Amino acid sequence: MSELNKTGAPAADKVREALREFGLPRLIIAAFLLLMFIIAPFTGTNLLSQITNVINRFSWNAVLVLAMVPMVHSGCGLNFGLPVGIIAGLLGATLSIEWGFSGPLSFLMAMLIATPFAIVFGLAYGWLLNKIKGGEMMIATYVGFSVVSFFCMMWLVLPYKKPDMAWGFEGTGLRTTFPIDKYYGGVLSNFLRIQIGKLVIPTGALLFFALLAFLIWAFLHTKTGTAMTAVGSNPVFARAAGIDVDKIRMLSVVMSTWLAAIGILVYEQGFGFVQLYNAPFNMALPAVSAILIGGATANKASITNVVIGTILFQGIVTMTPTVMNGLINLDISEVLRMVVSNGMILYALTRKTEATR
Amino acid sequence: MNSNKTSGQKLLGFLAANSVPIMFILIIALCIPVVGFSPTFLLNEIVTRLSRNAFLILSLLIPIMAGMGLNFGMTLGAMAAEIALIFTSDWQIWGIPGIVLAMILSIPISAALGVLCGRILNAARGREMITSYIISFFMNGVYQLVVLYMMGSIIPIIHNNIKLPRGYGVRSSVDLTRIRKCLDNLVAVNIAGVRIPVLTILIIVAMCLVIVWFRRTKLGQDMRAVGQDMEVARAAGIDVERTRLISIVISTVLAGIGMVIYLQNMGDMATYSSHSQIGMFCIAALLVGGASVDKASIGNVFLGVILFHTMFILAPSAGAKITGNEVIGEYFRVFVSYGVITVALIMYETKKRREKAGIGQQLAAAQKEEGK
Repeated sequence: MSELNKTGAPAADKVREALREFGLPRLIIAAFLLLMFIIAPFTGTNLLSQITNVINRFSWNAVLVLAMVPMVHSGCGLNFGLPVGIIAGLLGATLSIEWGFSGPLSFLMAMLIATPFAIVFGLAYGWLLNKIKGGEMMIATYVGFSVVSFFCMMWLVLPYKKPDMAWGFEGTGLRTTFPIDKYYGGVLSNFLRIQIGKLVIPTGALLFFALLAFLIWAFLHTKTGTAMTAVGSNPVFARAAGIDVDKIRMLSVVMSTWLAAIGILVYEQGFGFVQLYNAPFNMALPAVSAILIGGATANKASITNVVIGTILFQGIVTMTPTVMNGLINLDISEVLRMVVSNGMILYALTRKTEATR
Repeated sequence: MNSNKTSGQKLLGFLAANSVPIMFILIIALCIPVVGFSPTFLLNEIVTRLSRNAFLILSLLIPIMAGMGLNFGMTLGAMAAEIALIFTSDWQIWGIPGIVLAMILSIPISAALGVLCGRILNAARGREMITSYIISFFMNGVYQLVVLYMMGSIIPIIHNNIKLPRGYGVRSSVDLTRIRKCLDNLVAVNIAGVRIPVLTILIIVAMCLVIVWFRRTKLGQDMRAVGQDMEVARAAGIDVERTRLISIVISTVLAGIGMVIYLQNMGDMATYSSHSQIGMFCIAALLVGGASVDKASIGNVFLGVILFHTMFILAPSAGAKITGNEVIGEYFRVFVSYGVITVALIMYETKKRREKAGIGQQLAAAQKEEGK
């Protein structure tokens, strides 16, 4: 958008340009969501509780979507390797619980423990992505899968003992899903929570996201951050300007990985459960499509894209089932979600400007 | 340079070029004594899986030839085959006629899907693989929309045993007992307790011959030219977009036929999940056989099926014997499938970069020469 203002074209052209920039799919999705909100009261669903749902789910997922931003900025493409960071977060979560922390402290410890893992994973992952510039997205996808399936074995083998997480009688391995009420469930969402009738706002979680988003925004305006944007928009130029491209890319991958680790912890505190084994497999695509719906492209993304995208994506996910059910007694939300989210990714991948990089 | 290489260097080169198959042979050699399956059982399993999967994997060869990489969009063909089989089961056409009809029905569906996929891939040049991978997810959504909501409500389905109790949509499993192994058993021989489905294997061999022949046709040559260098091919007057499109259509159609062969062997169809992993396993098998993203031969297909599926048979029992937990073996084989694909993709990309750098250096050197 900032580019648009600079061009100073006539108003009509500006509008047309803005529409083109916004993209038809985004327009359709936004219109669809608006329609859902308008129809909702007629189908007997409570609008306020629906809005609460959307805000809630936004607060769970926003940080995971934010994890896309650094890598997109440095030109590493959409982070299909999100599960790498998620695994670091899960290690933090399980170890924090295993070592006996509870309550809000367990959340803090989970973040602290996850950090070194995220940094190490991020460095390795970033090193690999520097070796294969140009093919990042496909390899990121499969690196993510490999790491997740490797940790499927690890969750079984690692000597976790805490009865809240481990299989009781056999004594080997962690459960696929376990509740974390005793630990950090709702730790952010319930902090400063505002309740007005049916409208509930998880202030703490929103503030936490705002803090991280502000940090990323601020970082992108530092010298290193500007260098990162330069690397993403034109690596040859950046190298000529004396920027160490590989180092900047590495930094962006470490940041994305760390954000993904924190993101999964935030997700868990909202959701109330820790999901291990195959769960991280399906977490990358929704985050990728959310940021794309928000207006990002494969090499340009802003905090605004994250916020808009997460609201639109989560809005559709939460609104469609209830509205559709009320309207025609038919739940096609799962199918719709699949078509919309993957269709959005396809749209982004096939846009000409990005295909020739 | 080559002549200066000692035999030791040659051996090293051979090992490096074939590291993936060699690693698999080692894993299998370690697992066989641990598990202790009888050779007859093992051979039977391998032959079954060879006849079940080989045709599907053959469908991957042509896009590789055209330089479009591993066609994750082969899942589209699998979906077409499943739709065809839903219809033939509903019309209660069983046995060989059912199989043949399903194959014929699948062709227009998979051809249409192939055209769509090819168009999208032409728009996403240079990132075909990730795009075809996302297409398979996208079409999976469309497939569910059709099969779960339209079949029985818009598209007529006659028999209730296929429909969900609510009156529309197809059940999560379609019973194919009455076409189970019809093709495999039509002409089959027993050799020392190993049952060999001669007809299926003949079909696979025929397909191999067709591929060998196809490579020599004008179209096949064009595809190889496009795969080598798109710009050069374009300059030579080849319609690059059309050639690429055709390669994807052929691949999708073959995948559809392959899926019918696969499902008649299984005798049961999980309506919403049979296709979801098929692309991944086929690609992993091909890569295990020593193929790479830009080069794959028929030999790779067969070696790959044998090695990959032997590992598949052995892993759970080996896992149970070694760690006392069968689930570990199952996770292990999934990990190996993903790992193999990851390693192959990394090797391909590093090779591509090195070649690019090499060309750049040559150009720079040439320019220097001219400058003098």
